[in-house]
Amino acid sequence: MASSLSIAGIHAAYGAVRVIDDVSVKVGGGETVVLLGTNGNGKSTLMKCIMGLVRPSQGSIVAEIDGIHHDLVGRTTEEIVDLGIALVPEGRRLFPKLTVEENLLLGAFRRTARRELNRNLEVCFETFPRLAERRHQLAGSMSGGEQQMLALGRALMLAPKILLVDEPSVGLAPILVSRTIDAISEMKQRYALTVLMAEQNFTQAIRIADRGYVIVHGKIAFEGRSTDELNNNDLIKKFYLGL
Amino acid sequence: MRTPTFLLICLAIAAAVFAGSIAIGNDYVFFAGYVILQYVVLSTAWNILGGYCGYVNFGTAAFFALGAYSTVAIYKLIGDNELPHVIPIPVLMLVGGAVSAVVGLGMGYLTLRLRGAFFSIATLALAVVLETLVVNWDYVGGSRGAYVIRPEELPLIGSYIRYLFLMMMLLAVAAISIARLIEHSRLGYGFATIRDDELAAEASGVPTLRLKLIATTLSGALMGMAGAPFPYYIGYLQPDSTFGLDYAVNSIAMPLIGGTTTWIGPLIGTLLLGSLQQVATVTISSAVNLLIVGFLLVFFVIVAPNGIVGLVYSYWQRKPEEFVGRRHVDADAPGPVP
Repeated sequence: MASSLSIAGIHAAYGAVRVIDDVSVKVGGGETVVLLGTNGNGKSTLMKCIMGLVRPSQGSIVAEIDGIHHDLVGRTTEEIVDLGIALVPEGRRLFPKLTVEENLLLGAFRRTARRELNRNLEVCFETFPRLAERRHQLAGSMSGGEQQMLALGRALMLAPKILLVDEPSVGLAPILVSRTIDAISEMKQRYALTVLMAEQNFTQAIRIADRGYVIVHGKIAFEGRSTDELNNNDLIKKFYLGL
Repeated sequence: MRTPTFLLICLAIAAAVFAGSIAIGNDYVFFAGYVILQYVVLSTAWNILGGYCGYVNFGTAAFFALGAYSTVAIYKLIGDNELPHVIPIPVLMLVGGAVSAVVGLGMGYLTLRLRGAFFSIATLALAVVLETLVVNWDYVGGSRGAYVIRPEELPLIGSYIRYLFLMMMLLAVAAISIARLIEHSRLGYGFATIRDDELAAEASGVPTLRLKLIATTLSGALMGMAGAPFPYYIGYLQPDSTFGLDYAVNSIAMPLIGGTTTWIGPLIGTLLLGSLQQVATVTISSAVNLLIVGFLLVFFVIVAPNGIVGLVYSYWQRKPEEFVGRRHVDADAPGPVP
C-alpha cells in the first residue's frame, strides 16, 4: 500500500528568525511532488521538520504508512526513520572517510532496517551498479555524481516508504543532474516510493514530478496541480526564467 | 582477533612489563611508569569522545581530579577512625569512575548541543567550575590541599608504588580493550558517523544524542578511574596541580600524535610522549615537558596530520586505488567531474 504525507499549517523558526510560515503540503501515495524555490526560502527547513531535526512551532505533519496514521511532530529522528521515511540530505553528506560499502551499511543502522540488510544491499548494487564496482573505495574520493548515487543508495538501505530528497542537483554538472533525477525516478518506479523532492533546477525537477509547490519566503506562493500548471505559471517564469 | 584473545595478549604483555620492572630493581621505574600508564588511560579515554566522535574535550583534568578528590573524600571519611585506612585501589577506582561518569553524563546533557570549538570551551569551563568548587570545599583540603598517607609495604608485592603501578596497568589494559571493542562494534560505527557528519548520521537513524552521552559517560568514567589512585601516588593533593592544564594538553596531544581513529594511536602516542617526558624530567627539568609536547605537536601536524598510525597506514597501502584520498578527504568539496 502506498504511503502518503500531509503537512498542514506548519510554522518553523530558528530562534527569532521565522523560516516557514503556514505551509501546507500534501504528498499522495505514489506521487512525486517537487518543492520549488531558490535558496533561503525554507525548502530544507521543511525537510528537516518532517525528519524531526527541526521542531515546528505550530502545525501538524502526518504520515500515513500502510494504512496507519503517524503524527510526526514531537517524535525523534530515529523514530521517524524507523517508520520508513528516509532523507537524502542536501549536499549528499556522506561519511567521506568510510568506504562505499560502509556508508551503505550505515544507512541500515536501525534495527528495523538491519533485518533485510543483505537484500537491501543487493537492491542498492542492482540499482546503482557503479557502487558495486567501487564498494571498497572511500566515499570521499568518488566523483560528485557517484557520491549522489551513494547518498540515494544509503537512503534505499532503509527500505523506505517515503523518500525525501533535498536538492539532489547541488554541486553537480548538468549532465549528472539529469542522471540523478532519472535515478530518483527509477528508484521511485521500482520500489513504489512516495517522493518529496526539494529542487532549484526547475526544468530538471519538472521532468519527473507529478505536482509541485513553489515556496517563496517561507510561504507557499503557488500550488501546481500538474506539470502543465507549473510550466505555465507566471511566478515560475518570473523566478526561474527571468521573463 | 577476538576480544578475549586480545585481552590475554594484553595481560601477558602487562605481566612481562611488570616482571621486567621488578627485575630492574629500582622503584623509580614504577614511579615513572605509573605516570605513563596513567596517561595511557587518560588518552585512551579522551580518544573515545575526541577521536571516535570528534568532540574535543579540554576538561580531562576535571574528570581526573574528580576521581582523585573522590578518593580524598573517602580517605577523610574514614581517616578519623583507627581503622587501617587503606581501601583497595580497585574500589576507589570504581567510586571515582562512578562520580566522573555521572558528571560526564551531566556534562553531555548540557553541552552536546554545542559543536566544535564551542563544545571545547564548555568543557574547559567545566574544569574551572569544578576547581573553584574544590578550592572552596574545606573538607577535602580546600586550597591548602590534602595529605594522603601511603602505606609503606604490602605483603606479596612489596612497596606500595608497585601495587599502584600494577593497578594502573590493569586499568590501562581494560581501557584499551574497551576502546578496541568499541571500535569494531556498531557503537564505533555510530561514533564514526557522528564524527564525519552528524546530520547524515541522524538522517540514517543513528541516535546521535544517546551515542554521544554514552561516549561522554564512558570517557569521563575512565578518566575518573585513572585519577582515583593519584592521591596515594602523589601523597599531597593540591587543586592547582590536579586541575592543571598538563592533563588536558597531554591527553589531547598523545592521541593526536599517535593517531585518533584507532585504539593503538593513543597508546603509541602516550608511550612515545610520556616516556620522553619522563626522560626529560630526569635529565633536563620537569618544566620542559610542555615545551616538548608543543614541539612534537607542531612537528606532527606538519609531517603526519593523521598521526603515526596514519603515516604507517599510508605507507603500507601503496596500491593507488586504495591510496587515493586516504590522506586528504574533503567532505564538502565536490568531486571531479568525469
